[in-house]
Amino acid sequence: MKRTVYRELNLSPGLLLILGLLGLVVAAGLGAAWYMEYYGHVVTGMNNQIVWGLPHVFAIFLIVAASGVLNVASLASVFNRALYKPMARLSGLLAISLLAGGLAVLVLDLGRPDRLIVAMTHFNFKSIFAWNIFLYTGFFVIVAAYLFTQMGRGFGRFVRPAGWVAFVWRLALTTGTGSIFGWLVAREAYDAAIMAPLFIAMSLSFGLAVFILFTLRSCALSGREFGQDLLLRLGRLLGLFIAAVLYFTAVQHLTALYASEHRGVEGFLLFGDSIYTTMFWTGQVLIGGVVPLVLVTLPTHGVSRVAIKLASTLVIVGGFVQVYVIVIGGQVYPLALFPGMEVSSSFQDGVIAGYQPSLPEFLLGMGGVALALAIAVIGMKTLRFLPESLGDEAVDLQPEPRTGAVT
Amino acid sequence: MTTRRQFLRNTGAFTATLTGGATLIAFAETQAKSDTGGRKTRWGLLIDVARCPDGCSTCVSACSEENGWGDTGNRLTDAQWIRKVMVTDPQSKLSRSLPVMCQHCAEPPCVDVCPTGASFKRADGIVLVDKHICIGCRYCMMACPYKARSFIHEPLQDQKSHAPRGKGTVESCTLCVHRVDLGRLPACVEACAAAGHDAMLFGDINDPESEISKRIAQHPVRKIRADLGTDPGVSYENL
Ligand code: SF4
Ligand code: SF4
Repeated sequence: MKRTVYRELNLSPGLLLILGLLGLVVAAGLGAAWYMEYYGHVVTGMNNQIVWGLPHVFAIFLIVAASGVLNVASLASVFNRALYKPMARLSGLLAISLLAGGLAVLVLDLGRPDRLIVAMTHFNFKSIFAWNIFLYTGFFVIVAAYLFTQMGRGFGRFVRPAGWVAFVWRLALTTGTGSIFGWLVAREAYDAAIMAPLFIAMSLSFGLAVFILFTLRSCALSGREFGQDLLLRLGRLLGLFIAAVLYFTAVQHLTALYASEHRGVEGFLLFGDSIYTTMFWTGQVLIGGVVPLVLVTLPTHGVSRVAIKLASTLVIVGGFVQVYVIVIGGQVYPLALFPGMEVSSSFQDGVIAGYQPSLPEFLLGMGGVALALAIAVIGMKTLRFLPESLGDEAVDLQPEPRTGAVT
Repeated sequence: MTTRRQFLRNTGAFTATLTGGATLIAFAETQAKSDTGGRKTRWGLLIDVARCPDGCSTCVSACSEENGWGDTGNRLTDAQWIRKVMVTDPQSKLSRSLPVMCQHCAEPPCVDVCPTGASFKRADGIVLVDKHICIGCRYCMMACPYKARSFIHEPLQDQKSHAPRGKGTVESCTLCVHRVDLGRLPACVEACAAAGHDAMLFGDINDPESEISKRIAQHPVRKIRADLGTDPGVSYENL
């Protein structure tokens, strides 16, 4: 096996500029959180019907991507793919950063973020939300330990077991995140067990897309090589995950259409005339699914690099839209207090609610993204996460086995 | 005869309500059992829809007055502990108007999902939010099938001392726990009767001898979304 040399990023003016910009966005996010806290959530687009708004979309996207980004490391240590070994450290670092960014948004969007300590000391073990708090904290600890086995001297034999624990944990984490929705019997759009596997597929796809773009950018900025064949391999893997997301999305909606009590909300989301229908078909399915799938399967050499970059970007855009449709689209549809009856009240019963995301919510979300990126960049600056080269001659490009699990 | 201990307990409950309705559980437990010789009280409501006129919102105003929530000009974000819902049959176009509030479910999804345990059910069946532990995550609002809960979106003024509220937390109908614990009726029930409609009946639905239990036993009643298995404490007749 080839030996990989890792090196920290050099402190260049470019890097400083990037960190400065990220810092500004983080500051804007914090300012937005303070503003929402001070004046109350009345300054956001949320209301008593849409209780989880744009910040939740950001947070869930980041958390889901965090677990998926670790996939590269899992491929290396759990499935023993030598090709992915040089990238395993970076994959762990990104996983921690994205989760930190997502959680920051989630916490700052609480009605009482100052009571974080309450959330840490009062647990209702029946609540899947409380379980998630454990899953998230555990994820930090486990991935950090996993990174330590990879980077500390003389811990090599622990890499595989640690990789396994991290692998199982991240599946649990995504299942937990998906189940937050799956357990809401009252909300017709969510009440489905398929939410858990769907979220796992989404995490693999979003996570890999983020990983590809981030690593390409980091290599480009620090003048390191990123091999063409390596990128093609990653692109193919991405294609597989995109297909999985499309598949589970289809199952999700087909089963829902089949169950008569869900037909109303399904019709609204899939065939209605609201923005959510457009977002679903154009954003989620076309831009986030079909187009990138075609792009990564385009065999033409030369355009493939651009194609894979573009595909990854589209997966992220489409993925964000998908989370938006799930979170917001699922809430705007009214609760069925009296199924089969028409209802109306002063409390938006029986009507499709409106949701206008506000600037503070957007800034808070972007702050989380910037925080995640900043942590990753600072990590790469201080410790040896990024290989000196990811050129094709530096990695182990054995022919890929045609079968076998990749997830 | 009121013993010294009972007296202390009662005053204890009263102060607890004053200081935030925080820990009423322990008290309610003893109270629930001591009054009924070991059988557990479960407070509930029976609403006679036939007696509830369309256009009347006496119960809503009474609740808003009693508990200090109301219209601040932001319709979408203002709290509504109780609301009148108009239900219309799409075929016959027949309409009924009825009040909907927290149904004080025996299996409350809001309590199940709450990460901190701020949403809780007292031993006497009343479902409350402990304003000191609620972190404002709003998961309970996602979980409640009745849309019974409101999030406080704005700073508050002029709070009632017996019904403390807090910006950034979630709240819902308390079944006027502060009154019930003193042996009084919920404000909505009292107001409805005073207005001459008598559409709301409050009582112990676990006590077969109570008026509410007898009426429930004699008339066909419906619970909203009974199919979800939440076992609401509020029943509707003539719906
Ligand atoms: S009606 Fe809603 S808020 Fe009230 S107990 Fe049931 S689930 Fe909880
Ligand atoms: S908003 Fe408050 S009461 Fe509701 S689930 Fe969250 S912590 Fe519990």
